[in-house]
Amino acid sequence: MEEIITLDYGSGGKKTSRLIEEYILPAFDNAALSELGDGALLPGAEAIAFSTDSFVVDPLFFPGGDIGKLAVCGTVNDVAMCGAEPKFLSCALILEEGLPVEILERVLQSMRCAAADAGVQIVTGDTKVVEKGRGDGLYINTSGIGFKKHSLPGIQAVRDGDAVLVSGTAGDHGTAVMLARSGMMSGELKSDCMALNRLTDAMLSSGAQIRILRDPTRGGLATTLNEFTEGRDFGIELDESAVPVRPEVTAACDMLGLDPLYCANEGKLVCICAADSAELLLEIMRSLPEGRDAAQIGRVDKSLPGRVVLRTSLGGRRILQKLAGAQLPRIC
Amino acid sequence: MLSGDRSHELLDAIAALPIGETRLMEVCGTHTMSIAKSGIRNLLPKHIHLISGPGCPVCVTVQEDIDAVLELAMKPELILTGYGDMLRVPGSRKGDSLLRRRAMGADVRIVYSPMDALDIAETEPAKQVVFLGIGFETTAPGTAAAVIAAKERGIKNFSLLSMLKSVEPAMRALIETNDFSIDGFLCPGHVATVIGEKGFDFLAEDYGLPGVIGGFEPGEILLALYLLLKQISEGRAVIQNAYPRAVKPEGNPLACQMLRDVFRLAPASWRGLGEIPDSGFVLKDELSNFDAAKRFCIESGAVVLQNGCRCGEVITGRRIPKDCPLFGRGCTPEDPVGPCMVSSEGACAAAYKYQD
Repeated sequence: MEEIITLDYGSGGKKTSRLIEEYILPAFDNAALSELGDGALLPGAEAIAFSTDSFVVDPLFFPGGDIGKLAVCGTVNDVAMCGAEPKFLSCALILEEGLPVEILERVLQSMRCAAADAGVQIVTGDTKVVEKGRGDGLYINTSGIGFKKHSLPGIQAVRDGDAVLVSGTAGDHGTAVMLARSGMMSGELKSDCMALNRLTDAMLSSGAQIRILRDPTRGGLATTLNEFTEGRDFGIELDESAVPVRPEVTAACDMLGLDPLYCANEGKLVCICAADSAELLLEIMRSLPEGRDAAQIGRVDKSLPGRVVLRTSLGGRRILQKLAGAQLPRIC
Repeated sequence: MLSGDRSHELLDAIAALPIGETRLMEVCGTHTMSIAKSGIRNLLPKHIHLISGPGCPVCVTVQEDIDAVLELAMKPELILTGYGDMLRVPGSRKGDSLLRRRAMGADVRIVYSPMDALDIAETEPAKQVVFLGIGFETTAPGTAAAVIAAKERGIKNFSLLSMLKSVEPAMRALIETNDFSIDGFLCPGHVATVIGEKGFDFLAEDYGLPGVIGGFEPGEILLALYLLLKQISEGRAVIQNAYPRAVKPEGNPLACQMLRDVFRLAPASWRGLGEIPDSGFVLKDELSNFDAAKRFCIESGAVVLQNGCRCGEVITGRRIPKDCPLFGRGCTPEDPVGPCMVSSEGACAAAYKYQD
């Protein structure tokens, strides 16, 4: 059958990887792109980090945030994960005919606040309007530029026994949006949408031996950890009981048939660091609101090449794979 | 839920039971997933084998029915509604699914309850809204309630495509096959909340097989397995309820009555088991104007080309997922051949996802 794009290609999981590896990388082929980091370090100007992201979230407003805040924080975080200080953003708006201007205004105000909080300026942009029915109210693309402040050795520097840290609870954003979309009450559950550049700066300024940072957005924690280990000579053993998950996220996931480890985060980072730096980093992370619930969730293990293995709270072990396609609510 | 410590006590107690090679079957997709997710299989002694039975509603649906659903989705001015599980179930042509049909323009919507489908029908009166009824006694009462509500609210553009099935006839059919070799059943806790402990008495009374109704937390499953294995070691065969906080001896009489009010039992085709008499829930004659199969003249039964899929053997416990020649090669969650690989409760999906 002719291959067509289905929603699975946008899940951040295996089909997204295939889209990138089989179609996008060969088309654009260059050294900066092939690193596949959250952002690119520009050749000839390695002191500049550059990233872009598009936001198509439904609903536009959800507990804990909205599409505007998401569009600012998402790109700020991608730049911050490169060890750079985010400075400037672009903002391209695709508006659907019929969108109330009041909604646009609320979103722009939210972007203004988020940009001010993160210390970035929105300096260029574009607007387009599409016919009714050809857009979901409002889509936003943002690109970001930052100046490299810290050097990060990257995935090649990962060693056996390194610690794997997460800055807080898993799955808050994905679960909150899924609940809001289903029209169900979300109660206390809120998206974790926030900028992390202050957190990364504090961590990278500490002198701790950090190997790599990434924000586990689409596809969640499980997918990001798999991106670390894919094709590498090391694996990661994850301790299920050490992964912080809010009880309300667990409850909502049980009800909807989702797994918090695969639900998107928009205000969390994963860090691989030298084992003897873990304690210092956790202390720094926990001293900031962005990292209040930080925890060590696992360690790098050379005996599990290419794999992420979860030690369950019962003591069993199972493989944690990348997400196969979009997470769908289940039957009963 | 039992604490981890208690779980270890149960595991020790299971290991100490004087039994030989033993094959136990779970007939609930939620059990299948929970067993794989918690890694129970590799914590049990080697002589105890957990086999997945026909417990995943999507997996037991025959290919002809799935293809009929895919064709129905393409009708103009029709909104197909159902649970998320159905979206990725493969048609008989590789790559075909509701997800693909949706990308081609079909209006397919995920709902969390059949009542949501009613609301869609009410807000879009110019369109036909079909709800895909799939599941066992667990989901059937909710579906029945939606049909009753549609009648009461006078919603004429709503209909139900019922692929709902009853668990008991399928378990009987499975036990009566020639090569049946299961020593006891982990009975489905969710179904038991509706049909009660008594709903499984036939296992012990008619076939001399032990059964234990179990909950879904790893500790609850271990407790049920321990009770089941203890019965086997003592040569006993009764039905025990290890999930009493949810399951009553008589089940839920209101839900059972609702099933009798709305549905009649009719022959139904099961993947791997063939046609089983009185195993499918079909709308009664007085409600047949809500029957999508009649409204859209859906005929199942077109012969489907063989594609090497062994889901039928997996569902009936004759083959473990890894022994299917397609497992992980021609058939993966991204590019599935059979429903067991994509349903959130499928045995192959569990085995692939958790490498169990």
